Order: sequence, then structure tokens, then C-alpha cells
Amino acid sequence: MADNTIDRIAKATPPGLAKRVRGLSDRAIAWLFVGPSILLLLAINIFPLIWTIRLSFTNFRVNRFNAPIEFIGLRNYERILSDPDVWKTMQATAHFLFWTIFLQVLIGFALAYLINKKFKGNDLWTTIIVLPMMLSPAVVGNFWTFLYQPQIGLFNYVVGFFSGIDPSSFSMIGSIHLAPWAIVIVDTWMWTPFVMLICLAGLRSIPDSIYEAAEIDRASKWRQFWTLTVPMVLPFLMLAVLFRGIENFKMFDLVVQLTGGGPGSITTLTSIDLKREAFEKWRTGYASAYAVILFVTVFGMASIYVKSLNKVKDR
Amino acid sequence: MRISKFLISTAVIAMSFVGTTSAVAQDLTLCWASWDPANALVEMSKDFEAKSGNTMHFEFVPWPNFADRMLNELNSGGHLCDLMIGDSQWIGGAAENGQYVKLNDFFDANNISMDDFLPATVVGYAEWPKNTPNYWALPAFADVVGWTYRKDWFGRPELQKKFKAKYGYPLDAPANLEQLKDIAEFFQGREIDGKKVYGAAIYTERGSEGITMGVTNALYNYGFKYQNPKKPYDLEGYVNSPGAVKGLEYYKALYDAGTPPGSSDWYMSEDIDAYKSGQVAMQMNFAFIWPGVNVDPNVGGDRTGYFANPPGPAGQFAQLGGQGISVVANSPHKDAALEYIKWFAQPEIQARWTEMGGASAMRSVVEAPDFPSKKPYNKAFLKSMSIVKDFWAEPSYASLLLAMQARVHNYVIAGQGTAREALDGIVKDWTEIFEDEGKL
Amino acid sequence: MSGYSVTEPSKRQKWIAGLLVITYALVTLMPLLWVIATGFKSPEDSIAYPPKVVFQPSLEGYVNLFTTQTRITPDMEATLTPPKTWYEQIVRDKGMVIAGASRYGQRFLNSVIIGFGSTFFSVFLGTLAAYAFSRFKVPIKDDLLFFILSTRMMPPVAVAIPIFLMYRQLGLSDTHLGMILLYTAVNLSLSVWLLKGFIDEIPLEYEEAALIDGYTRFQAFYKVVLPQAATGIASTAIFCLIFAWNEYAFAVLLTSGTAQTAPPFIPTIIGVGGQDWPAVAAGATIFLLPVMIFTIMLRKHLLRGITFGAVRK
Repeated sequence: MADNTIDRIAKATPPGLAKRVRGLSDRAIAWLFVGPSILLLLAINIFPLIWTIRLSFTNFRVNRFNAPIEFIGLRNYERILSDPDVWKTMQATAHFLFWTIFLQVLIGFALAYLINKKFKGNDLWTTIIVLPMMLSPAVVGNFWTFLYQPQIGLFNYVVGFFSGIDPSSFSMIGSIHLAPWAIVIVDTWMWTPFVMLICLAGLRSIPDSIYEAAEIDRASKWRQFWTLTVPMVLPFLMLAVLFRGIENFKMFDLVVQLTGGGPGSITTLTSIDLKREAFEKWRTGYASAYAVILFVTVFGMASIYVKSLNKVKDR
Repeated sequence: MRISKFLISTAVIAMSFVGTTSAVAQDLTLCWASWDPANALVEMSKDFEAKSGNTMHFEFVPWPNFADRMLNELNSGGHLCDLMIGDSQWIGGAAENGQYVKLNDFFDANNISMDDFLPATVVGYAEWPKNTPNYWALPAFADVVGWTYRKDWFGRPELQKKFKAKYGYPLDAPANLEQLKDIAEFFQGREIDGKKVYGAAIYTERGSEGITMGVTNALYNYGFKYQNPKKPYDLEGYVNSPGAVKGLEYYKALYDAGTPPGSSDWYMSEDIDAYKSGQVAMQMNFAFIWPGVNVDPNVGGDRTGYFANPPGPAGQFAQLGGQGISVVANSPHKDAALEYIKWFAQPEIQARWTEMGGASAMRSVVEAPDFPSKKPYNKAFLKSMSIVKDFWAEPSYASLLLAMQARVHNYVIAGQGTAREALDGIVKDWTEIFEDEGKL
Repeated sequence: MSGYSVTEPSKRQKWIAGLLVITYALVTLMPLLWVIATGFKSPEDSIAYPPKVVFQPSLEGYVNLFTTQTRITPDMEATLTPPKTWYEQIVRDKGMVIAGASRYGQRFLNSVIIGFGSTFFSVFLGTLAAYAFSRFKVPIKDDLLFFILSTRMMPPVAVAIPIFLMYRQLGLSDTHLGMILLYTAVNLSLSVWLLKGFIDEIPLEYEEAALIDGYTRFQAFYKVVLPQAATGIASTAIFCLIFAWNEYAFAVLLTSGTAQTAPPFIPTIIGVGGQDWPAVAAGATIFLLPVMIFTIMLRKHLLRGITFGAVRK
């Protein structure tokens, strides 16, 4: 994704323009225009990042003003990586990531495929479907706790209505078996439209002529779907997965409001665990190391993924 | 509007640096939890405003977010709060990290004596280190976990008869924890006035401190101890003693057999809801809710009775709640804030405080001869205040609490592992924390 | 075979597709409608079992949302003058009096100030940077662009740790300025990437013509490029605004009383003695409505916005 844009800019810069400028040189203007943004990002993103890395080697605690700060080497990293509870949060995050992406791709693609049949009024319905993803996740999480109430909640009532199960007999956010699915359901409700929109763009980018050619070759519809539609949409789909992957790896607001990480620690995703370490236990050094581990993970996974995405695109 | 307030407060800060003190009317902000008593305090503070000329502002945060927000405020060096009615367990951290002003000199200078307050509240809300005369707060709100029950349901002859037949003793406020569980089971799923009701609403909340504040009421009474009384921070065999295991198992059994479905993340407000809407026969909650229950149109008056946390095999204790009021060290208006505490500590004001829905810890108020008969819940309150125990108030209290929350919730609500494993886990986590702190 | 196209779906296919999509849309809309409806229920109706679909509309939720209330005793009530307004009446009927305004208005205002403030700065800085990236040879351009994007990948909770320390030192904790700066930085990646896409699409010929006519670079930029990029700038601004509006993690960790926005506040709306679902629902409705309207306005550029300009229709 990064590459195709960058290619276009390279082409866009006209070679001769610079010479025709009065006043500031292009180079000066370029720096003048880019400079403030870079400075702000350095101040708010990079400087703090470096600070975090430094802190990650210490035992610093924000709430101890007078305690001495000691450098303790890699001790924080050792402790985090050997802590089974941390691995449990990673597991919870992986479960959440896998199932949200799986369901969103499945439903999102199906919806896009149906919308692409261009029935009357599809624009209007697309807009309605898109609404949930633009809302504040914290507020959404909060009101879903209401919908999930066993007695009075809409969700249990509707499930009970269609399945005959007593709505007060199960608790989506109270049961250890259901809670991991409760967060998957809400995230899927919220973000399926995102995957749908991207898939729709992919479907619409396929020129009709390709299908016409396939029709002449007497390829079956089924075959056309697997050999034409899917491969053409795949780069788009992978892009959607990348975005959802990064977003859900960072997931905090929705789940914190929905389950608070419970019951027990079954829905304690890494971000929630990190928040507890950093802002409830105030183990700043330890939490910094934790943060660095998360940075490395997300950057590492994203760049591996982007590489394979580019391969798919080049095919 | 905000900006102008900002300018004013900057100006005030600047002025206080030049040495102008309480002679100038000041804006004071008091931080506390948002609940009924806080509204009463707002009303009462009008008297202080009139007398001192200072203006009071209030920042109230709901309980589930209270500790999180306010400790963040203290640790971020914020200037929001001048006065903090902070939870009892914060005192160790706030004292050791210099976030509260030490009040000994101020108390001496203004003839405020800690002997005038209930001893349990002085230890719980004001002292750090515990049981030493170092005061960081004035006991402000006396609170403790206790129970309310539906006297009207308990009194029904047909239920009385059924209960007696099944359990062999009369249906009444439980004399011990085992009976409490029997009663909860008895009401669980029973139809009353055409509505399905349940046994008891208890604390099960995961996110902040809920389940810990609940489970300790069972643990204490079955023999749980925080540490070896002779050797501080020695946990093995005290936290996970056989009695403690029984206590934890008891709480799980109560949760499994006697609480409403879906009550897996309940704390004060959910418990109140369930009780007031007639869903449960009994409710565990801090005593602060009792005045509200007493006047409630659905369950108030004669329909509700109150009892202190019932005893178990190892004695009778109850989880301490409540707070002291402290002056935030970072405040630019310390003198005015101290003035507020001085005003608040007056016996008349304290008496009024209890009357308006607060809960004074002053002995002249609660030990007055007519106090027990003044309100239907006062007896249970006095009994409860005499049996309190509190959670750790160490500087690392938040870590200790989080570990306990996770372990207990995991066993009681999620049903994973055994009680013994959960308590062993707590010993392990707590030991690690104390080692980190250099206490072990 | 006249009029038959292999790519045009049959009538029946369209019918089935339409039916399925509309069913999904209705199901997906249900939670939202339920929340909006809950805002107009009385507290008793909101927790009724089974859930009430038909109910007597009430504004109690909205009144509770915007006011704080104190309980009064019957003898106190006798001394009070009768309520003057409909909302005082609603409160008095429950045996309470209005003690003052709640914090919701103030938190909402904070959301507006911080949302618009940060949007202005991120679009302003973003437009400049995007123009430079689009039109000039900037050294290490690709790396810079990727760097700008990568700032968005970090979990906010992790970023908040050093920001918390930095703001504490600088006195920016719980200030509007601090939050505006932070959201500006976070949104910058979005605005640079999106706007670069929009500016890339503006043909170079216009600027060249202007330069030949004797315009300076600056003049060409704001007299030729900016007007052409207006739609792009507007939709970028709305995306930045929505992000700042919805943001929770930074807000909950870095603000408390002064600069707190609505998202961390709404879940903490609790009535007197118990969860006040209608008030929470009312707060959520008021808060979510502007975003719904913006979404409908934005629908043409939606895809572009959510993919940082990577996918365009």
C-alpha cells in the first residue's frame, strides 16, 4: 500500500519547476512545509518512544517520587516473557484477533458480494450498514453491556426468542465460556462494514471484460468466482486484514468497557494488562518494557505482512 | 469559560507564591466519589462557603473509576484537587510519596484530637504507618460492609413455615454465615408476588475492587489473615490457611447457589438496583446505602431490616470501607483546604453530617445515647464498625488488590481451579510484590 | 441475446441479494435503535423484563443526564415552592430536587474544543506536509512517509506511558492544550496520507500555468491548489474530527476533571442509587448522533478515509 503511493509521487514531482521559482527555493519551502509536522511527531511520538526504551531498563515507578532509579538491565524483559499470565493475555489477544478477522472477512466479503449485485437502493443500505464502525468504541462497549444483561438485555432476549433458551439462563459477559465470544460479537458487529467496504472496492475494480472473456471460455460461475473474483479481490482483502489486525492488536477501549478483562482474566487482552501495569500498579519501568515488546511485535508482524501483501499484488 | 477559570487559578497560584494567604477568598476543589453522601456534602459545604468566603468546587467520580482516576490525578502531579476524600487503602502510598499533607501539627494547633474519633476509623483512615500517631487525614466518612434484608418477605407465615420445615430453624436475620447461605438458597428462584426472586446480591465486580471487598467478609470470618501477626509480610499459612480456603469456598458456594443470574460483575450500584427492584431477598453492601434504602418507596421503612456481617467459625469481622479527608500536597491553596478540615471537624458539623446522609466517625455523634434508636440501621452500623478489618494500605496496595481481584474472580466467578490454588496464587503474587518493594 | 449481459445480475439475483443485505442492515441497526429508544424510557421501563418495545416516552433520562439531584424528605418538600418547569416537575415527582447542572455539558464541550482544535492543527500541518510530499523532492521521502504512518500502529496505552511522564513535567496533564497537541500528532498520519492522495490527483498543469503567469510558489499553493483540494481537505477534517471525538484510551489515562472528553465520561454516568440506563443512553445518543450525520455526509470518501488513502473508489 505504501509503495504504490510512493511510486506515484516520484512521478509527480516535475523536474523543471524548481528553477522557475522566485523567493524561497523549492527545497526551503519543502522543509518549511514538512518541518512542523516532523517536529511535532518527534516531540509527541519519537522522543517519548526513546524515553520508553530507556525506562524499560529501569525499575522506575511513577508514584515513587523519592525512590532511587536503578538500571536493572534486561530484568523487566525477562520477567515479562517468562510470566505465564502475560502469555495468557497474548493468547486472549490471539483468539480475539483470529476470530474477529475470520468472521469479519467472511461476512464482510459476503455482504460486498451481495451489494455488488447492484440491487435498487444499495447505496442507502450500504450507508446504514456502515454506521456502527464510525461510533466511539468506548461508548459502544458501554451500551453493549446493557444489551448483554441476562434479564433485561435485548441480546439475550432476542437469542431466547429465537432459540427458546431462557434469556436469564446465560450471561454473555459473566460466563468464562461466552465472554471471549461476547467481545468477538461486538467487534464483528462494529467492524464488518469496514471489510465490506474494502471488498466492495475490490469487486468494483474488476473490469467486466474479464468475466465476458471467461463466459466465452465457458467457465462455470463457480470456477469464475474462484479463479477470477477471489484472486482479484485478494489484495484488497489482505489490506483489510492488515488494518483490522493492527487495530485489534491495539484493542483497549471496547473490551475494557465491555468486560473489564473478566471474568477472571479470560478477556484481559495485552493492552488491558499493560494499562493495569502502567496506570494501576504504576510499575513504569516494567510497563515500558511491556510496551516495547508490543511495539516490536506489531511492527514485526506488520512488515512481514506488508511484504507478503506486495507479493500477492505483484502476481 | 474554562480559559477564564484557568487564568484565575493561575493568578491565584501566582499570588500564593508572593505570600498572600487565606485572607483572599479562594476556589477550593474537593475530590470524592460520586454517590449519595457526596451530594449531602455539597449541601453542607454551603455553610463553609458562607463562613469562610471561599468557593467550593467538587469533582466526583463513580466508584468503579474512583481509585483509577484519583490515583492518576495524584501521580500525575495534577492540580485538580485541593482536598481529597481518598479511600482508606491509599494512605500508605500517599503518605510515603508525599502526596498528602501531614496533619499532626495542624491537629495540635487547632485542638483536634484523634481520641474523639472511633479508634477503628483513626487507624483505618488517618494513620500511616498503621498504629503510630502519624496522621494524614481526618476520618470523614465511616463505612463498613453490612447486609440489608427484606423483612416483609422474611415475615410471611407461609415462607416461615416452609423454611422451618426445610432447615429446622426460624427464618430471620442470619445468625452466622452458614445460615445466610441457607436463606439465600431458600429464596433463590422462588416466586414472590408473581415475580421470580433470588437469594442475595453480593460483590463480584472484576475491574476495580468489588469482589475483594465482598469476599473478605467471608475470608476473615473463616480464618483468613493478611500476615503472620508476629512476623510482618509472612503470608504462607495465613493467607492460604485451611480456614481461608473454607471461606473462599463458602463465597463461591454462595455465588453459585444464591445470587441472581448474570451477577458476575456487580458492585455497589448493581447491588442496590437488584435490591430496590425487588430481585433479591438480601443485599451485601456498604452501609452508606442504608439511608437511601430506608426512604425508598419500594423497599423502605418496615420492609427492610439491617444486620452486621454474620460471624463464621473464626469470629466476626466486616470489611472496612470509608474514607478520611486529606489535603493534597500539590494544592496551591493548602491553608484554605486546612480551614475546610477545621470547619468539618467541629462536633456540630459532624452531627449534621450524619443527619444529612453522611456518616460521621466522631464518637460524640455515634456514641450519643440516643444514636442507636435514631435510625433503624444505626444498631447494625455500630455493631459493624466495632468488627472492622481493612485490606492492605501499603504503598503497593493497588498491585496487591489487582492480584487478589484476578485470583478470586478467576475462582469464584470463572470457576477455574480450586480455592486452595487461588489463595496459593495470592501468596505467590503478594510475596513477589513485597520482594519488589524490598519488604521481604 | 439482445440486452443480455454476462456481468449484469439477473432480476432474481438482485432480489435475493437485496433481501439479504437489507436483513443484515436491519439487524445491525437494532442495537443502535434500542439505545436511542432507551434514552426515552423511564428508568423502570428500561430495566423491565421482558424488555419493553412499546413504552410511555419520558424525558427523565435526558433530565437526569444534564442535572444532579438531591433527595428531599417529605417535610422539606412541603417548604419548597412548586416546580416551575417541566423538568423540575419530573425530578420532583421522584421526591428529589435539582441540585445543579451535571458535568455532561462540560465534558461535551471539552470534546468539541479538543476535537475541533486538534482537527484544525492536524489538517493545517497535514496540508502543508502533504503538498510538499506531493510536489517536491523531499530527501528520504519514503522513509518519512512510512515513519509518519507507523506512529499510528503503536498501542495508545503504550504511547500514553511516556506522554504521561512528559506532560507531568510540562504541566500539560489534564489540559486542553495537551490533548489538542496529542490528538494533532496522532491524526497527522491520517491527514498527511489522505491529503497527499487528494493533492496528487490535482493536475500539475494548473500550477505550472500559474507559475508561468508570475505567481510565486506560495501563491500557486493557496490560490490554485488549495481551492482544488477543498473537498479533500473537508473530508480529511471530518475524519480527524471523528477520531478525536471517539478517542478513549488517551482521554481516560491523561485527563481527569478539567479536560476530560465525553467518551470516558459517558460510561460513568450513574444515577442516584443505581445504574441510570436511560441517562446513559441519552448521553450516548447525543454523543453518537453527530458522527452518524457526518458518516452520511462523508459516504463518498468513506473508504478512502478509513484506509488512509490506500483504496479509492
